[in-house]
Order: sequence, then C-alpha cells, then structure tokens
Amino acid sequence: MTTIDILAIVVTLLIVVLLAKPVGLYLAAAFDYGPNRLNRIYGPFERLIYKIGGIREENQSWKAYAASLVVSNAVMIFVVYLVFRFQGMLPLNPSGIAGMEPSLAFNTAISFMTNTNLQHYSGESGLSYFSQATGILFMMFVSPATGIALVMAFIRGLTGRAPGSFFADLIRAVTRVLLPVAFVSALLFVFMGVPQTFEPAATATTLEGAQQTIARGPVASFLAIKELGNNGGGFFGVNSAHPFENPNGLSNLLQLLLMLLVTTSLPYAYGKMAGRIKQGRILFVSMLVMFIVMTGISLSVEQAGNPALNALGVEHGQGSMEGKEDRFGTAQSAFYSVVTTASETGAVNTMHDTLTPLGGLIPLANMMLNTVFGGAGVGFLNVLMYAIIAVFLSGLMVGRTPEFLGRKIEGKEMKLIAVTLLVQPFLILVPTAIALATNPETISNPGFHGLTQALYEFTSSAANNGSGFEGLGDATTFWNVSTGIVMFLGRYISMVTLLAVAGSLAAKKTVPESSGTFRTDTAMFGAVFVGVVLIVGALTFFPAVVLGPVAEYLTL
Amino acid sequence: MRIIWVSLRTIFAVAIVCCVVYNVAVWAVAQAAAPDKANGSLIENAEGQVVGSRLIGQEFTEPGYFRGRVSSIGYDANGSGSPNYAPSNPDLLSRAEESVAAWQAENPDVPVSELPIDLITNSGSGLDPHISPAAAEAQIPRVSAATGIAADKLQKMIEANTQGRSLGLFGAPVVNVLELNLEVQAAR
Repeated sequence: MTTIDILAIVVTLLIVVLLAKPVGLYLAAAFDYGPNRLNRIYGPFERLIYKIGGIREENQSWKAYAASLVVSNAVMIFVVYLVFRFQGMLPLNPSGIAGMEPSLAFNTAISFMTNTNLQHYSGESGLSYFSQATGILFMMFVSPATGIALVMAFIRGLTGRAPGSFFADLIRAVTRVLLPVAFVSALLFVFMGVPQTFEPAATATTLEGAQQTIARGPVASFLAIKELGNNGGGFFGVNSAHPFENPNGLSNLLQLLLMLLVTTSLPYAYGKMAGRIKQGRILFVSMLVMFIVMTGISLSVEQAGNPALNALGVEHGQGSMEGKEDRFGTAQSAFYSVVTTASETGAVNTMHDTLTPLGGLIPLANMMLNTVFGGAGVGFLNVLMYAIIAVFLSGLMVGRTPEFLGRKIEGKEMKLIAVTLLVQPFLILVPTAIALATNPETISNPGFHGLTQALYEFTSSAANNGSGFEGLGDATTFWNVSTGIVMFLGRYISMVTLLAVAGSLAAKKTVPESSGTFRTDTAMFGAVFVGVVLIVGALTFFPAVVLGPVAEYLTL
Repeated sequence: MRIIWVSLRTIFAVAIVCCVVYNVAVWAVAQAAAPDKANGSLIENAEGQVVGSRLIGQEFTEPGYFRGRVSSIGYDANGSGSPNYAPSNPDLLSRAEESVAAWQAENPDVPVSELPIDLITNSGSGLDPHISPAAAEAQIPRVSAATGIAADKLQKMIEANTQGRSLGLFGAPVVNVLELNLEVQAAR
C-alpha cells in the first residue's frame, strides 16, 4: 500500500464530509409539507402519482402510519413473489430462465423488500431480465424509500409533530431523492464502462479458439439504485467484483459515494428539522470517528496479508489478493468492505469470505453495531435510539429524569427500546446455533471460519445488510426460510417499536431546559454515545466473535 | 382494506416510473451516447469477429501468451464466482502451492521471490481482466522464448497496455491481459 492509496481514501472521505451537510439540508426541505420551492418543482409530477395511487397528503395517526408501512410492504413482497415464481411465462426472458423455486422466491422477495439483498440465487442464471427490471428494481426503489419515510416520521415525532403520510413520504423519497440521483449516476456508470443493454449474452471466440459466453444486461440502471438505496444486491453473482458492475477506480469511487450519500446526510437533516444542527453534527462526528478506526484496522490487516500464503516466498507487497480484483488492489477492496457494511448496503467488490480473519471481523462488527452510519433511514433511526439510551444512562448516573429534545424519557419508551435492542442478538445468535447444529454440511470452510460463515449470514440478515461469506451453501430450503424470517423480523419489529417510541414522545409536553439538563450537543455527549454503542455491542457479541474470527486469527 | 388498495395502486404508479420510464430512459441515452460501452465493450478482430470484451478476462494456457489471475470457473463469463476459500482453508494453501510449482516448471529463469501474489490467487469475480504490471513483467522471459519477440519489445507492449489509477488516484495500476495478448498475437 502506498501513500497514494491512503490519499485516495482521505480524498473520498473529504468528499463525503463536504456533501453531508448540503444533502442533509436538502432532505429536510424535501420532506417539509409546507409550501416551499421544492414543492413547486416536484409538485405537479407528484400529484399525478398521488392521483394514480389514491394518496392523500395528510397526517395519519401513529398507528395508521405504522400499519401503512407494514401492510404496503407485505403487499409488495407478495406481488414480487408472484413475478419470481412465474418469470418463465413472463416476457423479456431471452435466456429462457425458469420460474423460481418457492422457498427461494420467498427469500428473495423478502430480501429485496427489507433492503437486505441477501442473494441465494445468481443473477446471471436465476433471474430473467423482466424479474431484474421489474421485481428487483422496483423493490430497490421502494425499500430505501420506506426507510427514509420512516426516519422522517420518527424525527417529526421527536420534535412533537404529527407523523405525516406514509405514502406521500414514500413517493417523495422516490421522486425527490432516489430517482434523480440514480438517473444521473446510471449515466455516469455507462460512460465508465457499465453495460446497459437488453440484448442477450454475447458470444466471443477467444484468442486460443475457445467459445466464451459473456452475460450482460441493463446493469447501469440497476447499479445506481443498488448503491444509492443501500440495497446492495448484485446484477451479477459476484456483485461489484464483476468487471461489468465495477469497471475501474472511478466507478468504484462513485459507488462508495453513493452508498454513503443519504446515510451520512441524515444527521444534518435531523439537526435542521429538530433545530439542533450542533447535535446533528456531534452524532455525525461520533460515527465518523468509529468509521475511521474501522477503516484503519481493515487496511492494515489486509495489507499484511495471509501469513500462510506469504510463507510460500512469493512477492506479496500487494497484500492479501485472494478474492480481490487487481484494478482495486488491497486498499480500495478493504475500504469498500468497511463502507458497504457501515452503510448496510451489502454490495461487495471483494469476497468477504476470503478476507483475513480480522479483516472479516470489521464488516461483522459494523453490522452488529448497526450504527456506524447504517442503512438508508433505518441506520440513523438506530443511532437516535442509541442516543436516547445514552441520555437515559447519563440521567441515571446523575439521578435526574432523562430528557431528549426537551421530552422526558420514561419507562414506556425505555421498555420499547429494550425490546428493540434484545431482538437483534436473538435473531442472530439463536438461528446461528440452530444452523450449526442442524446444517453443518452447508458450511464450506473448515474450523473456526465455518462458525463465522453462519454467524455472518444471520448478522447480515438481521442488520438488513445482505453481504455474505459466499462460500456458504445457502441455496437450500433451510437457509432460504430461516434467513427470510430473520430479515423480515429484523426489519419490521424495530420499525414498529421505534415508531411507537416516536408517537409516545410526540404526545408529551416539553420541559424547559435548565442548567441541570444534560446537554446533548457537546463532545462529552458524543463520547458517551460511542461508549454506549461499543459497550452494548461488545457485551452482546463478544463470545461469538471470539469463537469465530478471533480464534481463526490466533491459529493462522 | 383501504391500505391494501392504495398499496396496489401505488405499486402500479411506482413500477411505471421506476421500472419502465427510468430504465428505458437510461437505456436510450446510453445506447445513443456510448453504444460500445453500453453493449459490453466488445472487441472485434480485423475480420469483424468478436474475440472478447475489454472488461472480461479469458483463459490463456499457451506459453506464448501472458496469463491472467487464477479462476476457479475457467473464465466462464456466463456466470461469475470464486471458491471463497478462507485464509485458514487448507485447500487454499495446496492450490497456491500447485500454482507456485507450475510457475517454477514454466518459468525456470524467474525465481519464486519475483512471482507476484496476484498470479497465484483467485480473483473475486473469476473474470478479472487485469494483472499487476509486476505480474506481466515477470512473464516476459517465458513469452519471449515461446514467441521469439524480443524482451524489450514485450516490455514496451506492457507499458502501452498499462492503465494507471483513475484520475491518478483511485484504484491500482493494472495491465489488460486480453489487449496485451492481442498485440502479442499480431507481433508473432
């Protein structure tokens, strides 16, 4: 790794930091129902969609908002399930791909609706162009839009306002954020070399006279929303490691920026909406600090490489190259693995199964903590939840009733948050134990790494990330059904409980700030916040992590 | 019930905008502005026959061609994939040992200490079209002996087919193996 490699990462982070505030302010304005300039620009187009959808832009009750979210998502899962099952009879299927098997269609429909994009099929052979272009692409828009709608409603609740209308928020997220950015980036991707064609696979005669079939398709439009919406599901089986899905360093940079765009700007959107820009910035900086530490560890261990291979006496200055692509090198591969798990995207440009033990621990830790930025909308929701816990713990320590944004945090809210907090380790650790006990034959790598494979699969499912240790033989009914259930519960339980928290807080009277109020816009609060995240995360997952990656590292 | 009805109508509206309008708009602009890239950066030879894609690696076994990365799928571009060996997997070590032994047999003039690690490791996609410049240079003696092309001429070909980092900053410098071998084929 050279100085240029480090400089490239520093420059990338600088762009992220510079974009965060303006995009955050844009988001805050985009979801403001009052009359403003954006409403005049997008209004006519949106009113047309509202008319087709039968949507009214009026405040719902908290229960109606939550019900709209869950029911609409369930209906979408069902419709797309049918598309996958019957793709063999539907149009745009030049390669003649058959309908999907039921448990796989169940898994895939849930996977894309929950923003997970865990893929137990391979894009080239498992899906027709019709399924890719309607089912998958459709969900890649509505799933992040659901997450963004949710966090907007949550912030409105924290500041004592009504939740808004779920369907109107959903449409606004699509028309004002996802669609314009995705369109421009898709075209940029084409100019960088990403295909966008509806022609079937090409056939080539290689220099040595063999026949090579080259799969292609409408990749660019898919890729843009995959990254921007923190979806992460690949058009091709190997995702962004495929040269068509990530042809060079520039396309790699654009992907990194798209993954971080929405999630890093939400703290500022929150700061603006709550009138606490400073608190938003503190949360942003706290997350950035954790992110930089993760990146540093990942870069250094991947550069050090695999001692077993280095011992063969080859020239190993490039670092660990197994499962990596030459055009990215070790630095951009390791960095991508941190970004994709910090943003809960799940796209990969290197095979995570082949990362060195500690290099694989970093993505796992990002997903377990789920607060180092996190996915579109839901990530920041988790951050606010941890911020409330931090306030609560600080309040206990000094013996005062804790407050957040001037609203008292009491038993009801903390019970809901405790449930949310406990669901995640339950969804990860219990199924991992069941899988290891009942399905050991699906684990492809021997020893401690095998445990990590199963642990990673369920962590990725519960955190709605979607990357995998892909050696796992996960295309079986057991894995399809179990991860399908975990993805669904991992997404919707916390959405409903946290909406309930917002509803409960919104109904409270604000108490005026006094000199005794614990301030939530100071570096002190940032430190408490990071401490809470790390302590809760470490206490929950330490044993599992020791048995998996740490043990592998010590024995390598 | 009303929620289900609104959901279905919203699905219809969003599907038209996101799946049809968005997809076709990107497709139309792409095909008009950059048809070559939009169709997969295919390379044709002088007879107009497609010999591969600039972005997709292919299998090279003859000593007179430069080799690419290890590919467990034999560069079958109708799919993509890698064996996903963990660093601790004994199969990884034995495969790498085989690659090193094969290297020694085919390149007796170049010591193992000059064999770059990207030549004995499987790429992420199994389709990596590139190798590092060092990995290309290490193969010069073998290719030169097999084809009769002078070493310094091969060195120039490698330099001509080396892509630097994007904007001089992002990614790693690499050599495109297929384009390099097309020049080798023309020169021998």
